[in-house]
Amino acid sequence: MTVAIHHEDFDPWALLREAEQAIPAEARGAASVFVGRMRDFNEDDAVTGLFLEHYPGMTEQELERIVEAARARWPLLGVHVAHRVGEVSPGDALVLVATWSAHRGAARDACSEILERLKHEAPFWKRERLADGSSRWVERNTPA
Amino acid sequence: MAVKVLYFARLREELGREGDQPELPGDEVTVAGLWEYLHGEPPPPRLMSAVNQHRAGLDAPVRDGDEVAFFPPVTGG
Repeated sequence: MTVAIHHEDFDPWALLREAEQAIPAEARGAASVFVGRMRDFNEDDAVTGLFLEHYPGMTEQELERIVEAARARWPLLGVHVAHRVGEVSPGDALVLVATWSAHRGAARDACSEILERLKHEAPFWKRERLADGSSRWVERNTPA
Repeated sequence: MAVKVLYFARLREELGREGDQPELPGDEVTVAGLWEYLHGEPPPPRLMSAVNQHRAGLDAPVRDGDEVAFFPPVTGG
């Protein structure tokens, strides 16, 4: 079970391969994965960059709490959550949520729950840089 | 009582500082009371807060030595 904050661009698929090594092969019945990347548009505007702020200490603790709640609810064999902070470019990975379980239902439902709780509860804030050089704080998440 | 206060994101930029280190009279105050003590007005709508890095409502108690954070709604993921 791992929660990681990345200050530089990360390769979610490489992290995933690595994380899966820690799970016994015979137990890897089902994996569910979400990878979110930075878009180059938001609310009809071209976005050239993103600054992602977090609350060092609390952000990690909130992610751990979200993962622990999911582990209490579903029989999970592994969880990996990675989130980017700092200056981000379009196409960079922002978030990785991966869950492993013996069966697809638990893996899929837990992955979805962890992602939604992360988006609504974990202390991260986005400030977008627009093509005209201005910047603005994102006020709310996009609907699913 | 001494409290460490932190501000994040848009709130930090609007206030022009990362935090405050107030010395308050008494030995307990609510989160909302702390905001009012520092800023002279009730907390703005949609303000979120944490005490000692746990989410806390505006009526949560704050005591000597606590770390209190104020921030706008979160937008991660």
